[in-house]
Order: sequence, then structure tokens, then C-alpha cells
Amino acid sequence: MAKVLVVTSGKGGVGKTTSTAAMGAALAQAGQKVVVIDFDVGLRNLDLVMGAERRVVFDLINVVQGVAKLPQALIRDKRLENLCLLPASQTKDKEALTEDGVGRIIEELRGSFDWVLCDSPAGIERGAMLAMRFCDEAVIVTNPEVSSVRDSDRIIGMLDSKTVRAEKGERVEKHVLVARYDPARAARGEMITIDDILEILATPLLGIIPESQDVLRASNVGSPVTINSPASVAARAYADATRRLLGEKVPMMVPHERKGLINLLLGRRAA
Amino acid sequence: MNILRLFSSRSAEPVPAPPPTAPIARERLQILLAHERGSFRGSPDLLMQLREEILAAVSRHVTLDPDKVMVRMERGMHVSTLEVDIELPSGCDAAFTAAVRQPAPA
Repeated sequence: MAKVLVVTSGKGGVGKTTSTAAMGAALAQAGQKVVVIDFDVGLRNLDLVMGAERRVVFDLINVVQGVAKLPQALIRDKRLENLCLLPASQTKDKEALTEDGVGRIIEELRGSFDWVLCDSPAGIERGAMLAMRFCDEAVIVTNPEVSSVRDSDRIIGMLDSKTVRAEKGERVEKHVLVARYDPARAARGEMITIDDILEILATPLLGIIPESQDVLRASNVGSPVTINSPASVAARAYADATRRLLGEKVPMMVPHERKGLINLLLGRRAA
Repeated sequence: MNILRLFSSRSAEPVPAPPPTAPIARERLQILLAHERGSFRGSPDLLMQLREEILAAVSRHVTLDPDKVMVRMERGMHVSTLEVDIELPSGCDAAFTAAVRQPAPA
């Protein structure tokens, strides 16, 4: 049975799109059939992060309006054949996104994929509400920073009241993904701790993604970090988070760069 | 394996810097924005227009099944490609040949 998962946060710039791409690719690498949908109508970026920006023919709103059939709008990833992208529209009015239309698309995708990942826009407007509307599970991307945690709390409240599942009295399974975590600043006590975040949000932790140059490099070249540099700390953190989504018990690690003995002795940073 | 790696010469040498990715990012953005700006400033995307007209031309001769039409595009800096893959129902090419052989009366 397909799972519909929304990647959301309330606040912008916390890493929703990066995380959607990285987890979507990691799920596909684990053999799952995955589609990622960009709900940010007018400001799409998932296509760019996935490196498919030059191949967009049709988009989500074309499918909602019946201009294109769903299979025609799906862009198959060039690196992973069981990974597809449904891009957002860049030009049309976001009011064109209707609840009926989105519901029909998600229902159709449930039939042909194992995972439907909905990349939510920032904010709590129509796009964000429709991205979460039909979800079974939610990943709330949070940065260790006060405004991000506050917005996450707001979004958790909406997941528990404004989704189809919530209205039917069913549970939306929620996970917190802490992104842009800086172990050095945490060690100096300059950042809200993971424990503080989890206590405040009262939601289980899916993973901790470190602030990383590898993530920036991956988005520069248009490839999810889990494909572009799978051995990097960030990619391994995303891969672990993904295995937890698949139900595996993976010990939670606070990510750090791996250091060889000699590098450690010389006080050098490893690659 | 890990123990060997600890003492291998690689770990004692400076780690080579990864190739810079910023130029790739710049080129990708330039291509993307050139196409987006073109379509935002009122002149419709050429590829989209070609697609519409090709499909219209084909549908004058055969009934198109929207499920049997796949369109792929690749936008580039110097060259863009448009790939229209139309599955024609069997028998339609015979009908077309017959129509061409019997020119319509003048």
C-alpha cells in the first residue's frame, strides 16, 4: 500500500526541498517506487534541485486542469529509474490548485508508486495546506533555531486538525527531521539542543542532518546529495532517516566527520 | 580494511579539494532563466508552441489518444530538443496511403 508523506515546516529555507530530494532518492535507492511532487506553485525549485529543470513539459496544474494526463507530466529521473518528479507550475496562479484535483492525482499515484512525497511550500497558505491534506505521514523539517521550532509547532497542530486523516479521526504519523545541525556550535552550547526540540514539539525524531558543504555542492549540480555524494555525512544521515521511515531500527547518531587516526593525530579535518 | 586505510599514504596526504561546482550552478541557472524569461515576457515558449502545432497537425489526420502521446524536452544553451512520440493506431497508415493515392477532386 502506497504511503503519502508530506515534507513540511511552516518556515522557509529550513531544507524542505533538499530533504524531499535526498529522501526521495534514498527511498528509490532502497528499491522503492517513488514520486516526488512540488507543491510550490509559482516558485518551484524541486526540479532544479533534482536536475530536471530543462526537461519540464507539463506540471501539476496542467494535470489538475486536464491539459495533460498524469503519466505525461511525470519526469523520470535519469539516474534512478524508479524515481519520478511531478513539477509545480511556474507561471499559473496558485488558486488553480484545487482540493479535488490534488486528491485525484494523489489517488492515481497511490496505484503506481510505493511512496508519494509532497514537497510543501513555506507558509500556511493553500499550497501548504493541499500538500499535507491527503498525507498518511509527515516529516517536519526543523532547524535548531527558535523561529523554526515555533513554526514547526504550528504546522504540527495543522497536521492534527486540517488533514483528511485527522478529520476522519485517524492519526497522521509525524516525524521531526532536524536539518542544518552544527555539532561544533551545539558543543559550545550556542544552539537549542536536539532534546530541547523534541521535548518542545513532543514528536519523535527521524534524523539529524548536519550543515554540510556536500548539500550545497549537490544542489549546484542538480543531484540529490544521497546520489551525488552518498558517502558524505549528510547523505548517510538522510539514508539512515529513510531506513527509519521504512520501519528499520537504526541507532540515532549525532553526525560528525569521520577522522582517520593520522588525520586525528595531525589535527586535520578528514574529507 | 579500515586499519589499512588508517596507515595508507592517502590519509597522510592532503585531501584533494573536490572540483568546484559553482560554475555548473551558474551555467544551469543561465540556461533555465533564459528560457523562463523568454516565456514570461509575453513570447510563448517556442518548444511549447511547436508541440501544440505538431499535435494539431497530426490530429488532422488521425484521432490522437492522449494516453499514447509522450512529449519530452531538453532545454539547452545552444540546442534544445523536442521529442514527440505518438503511437498511431494500426490501420491508420493504410487509410492515409489510400487517401494520398486518390487526390481530392479539384
